[in-house]
Amino acid sequence: MTIAVRPAIGPPAGTDPGQAGHARQALEARGIVKRFRASGKDVVAVAGVTLSVERGEIYALLGANGSGKSTLIRALSTLLEPDEGTVTVFGLDIRKDELAVKRLINRVSVEASFFKKLSAMENLVYAGRLYGVPASEARIRSRQILVRLGIAVTRHDEPLEKLSRGMQQKVAIARAFLTSPALLLLDEPTTGLDIRSKREVQTFVRDLRDEHDATILLTTHDLDEAERLADRIGVLHEGRLVVEGTAAELMGRHGTRGSLEDVFMSITGRKIDENEPSEIAGER
Amino acid sequence: MIGEVATQAGLAYAFVEREVALMKRYWLWELVWIIYGIVTSLSVAFIGIAAPVISGNAVDPSTTSRFVLYLLVGTIAWRFMGLVFENIAEIIAWERWEGTIEYTFMAPVPRLTHLAGMAAGTIVRAVVFSVTTLFAVMLFIPVDLSHANALSAVTMLAVGTVAFMGLGIASAVFPMLWTEKGLQMAYIVQAVVLLVSGVYYPTSVLPTWLQALSVISPATYVIEGMRRALLDGADLSALWPLVWPALLVGVLSVPIGLRAFIAAERYAKRTGRLKRSG
Repeated sequence: MTIAVRPAIGPPAGTDPGQAGHARQALEARGIVKRFRASGKDVVAVAGVTLSVERGEIYALLGANGSGKSTLIRALSTLLEPDEGTVTVFGLDIRKDELAVKRLINRVSVEASFFKKLSAMENLVYAGRLYGVPASEARIRSRQILVRLGIAVTRHDEPLEKLSRGMQQKVAIARAFLTSPALLLLDEPTTGLDIRSKREVQTFVRDLRDEHDATILLTTHDLDEAERLADRIGVLHEGRLVVEGTAAELMGRHGTRGSLEDVFMSITGRKIDENEPSEIAGER
Repeated sequence: MIGEVATQAGLAYAFVEREVALMKRYWLWELVWIIYGIVTSLSVAFIGIAAPVISGNAVDPSTTSRFVLYLLVGTIAWRFMGLVFENIAEIIAWERWEGTIEYTFMAPVPRLTHLAGMAAGTIVRAVVFSVTTLFAVMLFIPVDLSHANALSAVTMLAVGTVAFMGLGIASAVFPMLWTEKGLQMAYIVQAVVLLVSGVYYPTSVLPTWLQALSVISPATYVIEGMRRALLDGADLSALWPLVWPALLVGVLSVPIGLRAFIAAERYAKRTGRLKRSG
């Protein structure tokens, strides 16, 4: 079944890979630094991250809780202003061209955030309108995406508060797909989902990239998910991008016994499900 | 140009549609607020009817009727403008409570369009509440509108709505900057405006220092203007001395409020406050 979304909006005129060399990068972040003030001290949440994601690529950022993943995603999605560094999306500066960048991106966070009294359909039509998708088109596409994600039509018009946590997360994913983002930022999109739902979402993410030319940056601490989905993987540790490469490269380079978990352990000295010591609650 | 306006109107409509959908889903709460508004207005009107008893003096029926209408205009006009103020001032706090603030602020919608859409949705709600209250009160209490100049009254209310939109936008900055206490600050602003604006009494009865505040409250002019329009049939030219100060507040408060809002949004993005948990 084909995913019922429009092709990704794509890069703006003049930044097409064929016309401008630099726009082959869907996302380019250089020297991103973000500090927060906590208990009278400056705490560095992101400490000079530089990364680029090519158009059509799925890039996974691995990191323990508190490693700076969510802060970085929030900075890339215009919700947080970095203290230092620059971010461009298809060649557009995230500060100077904020509105144009917003049209190209969407984000799914670990918490499905909706008007819970409204139905999935009402939330999706509202989200569609904000991105210029006419209501009639949004309804048709929403139904198709929700069904594709395993949510029966009978549940589409129920208030979201009556849907399970997993279903709500799928609706959040549907909302992002509905707007056909050229760059999709997925912040731990499958956390809290059961195995089956996780697989459905992962398949959908891959299909979205394969069929609709979307670029995807996802954060996760699910090593299997990173290996299954990502073309390249970066490891974020104490706010720094300490290593990146394909799963095979990372496993080869770090001479481990062939698992990403070993790679992670050998690079960071701890398991991925251990919190970083300097975690700022809610910020990283 | 026309195409761009239509695009922005379409984006703004998203917020109107959302607000109407939320009103339907929260219908029981909406009903509670409407009943609360009706009961409050009726209670105030009964104070007017009871004036002869309370004062111990005989008051002729026409004076009592005028007193009742005087009070009703204040309570219903305040209800309308108060709703506009509250709903707009609560934009940040409400989205934070629903958990949707990040999505709304990530959407490719200019802030002016966002706030215009929210203001339009708020006006729909305020009209529904106020008209329902007015008709419900008229079922219980005879209201003499034989001298009313409806056009003047509606114009005064429209001018006041713009001014209160500006004040609401400026007050919405508080919850953006102070996630825990900001909304309380906005309510304090509203309470002070209620006290000094002559909603239930002429501002001349206020202590001198409070009268100084009443001069800068747009509600002072709007409510007085509506009273003159509905009680005495004053036309717009007669009301101009009351229209322009309220208009001035609107003309100043909307752009100032918008600039403050955008500056606060920037600050929130720098400090990480633009998120559901603050």
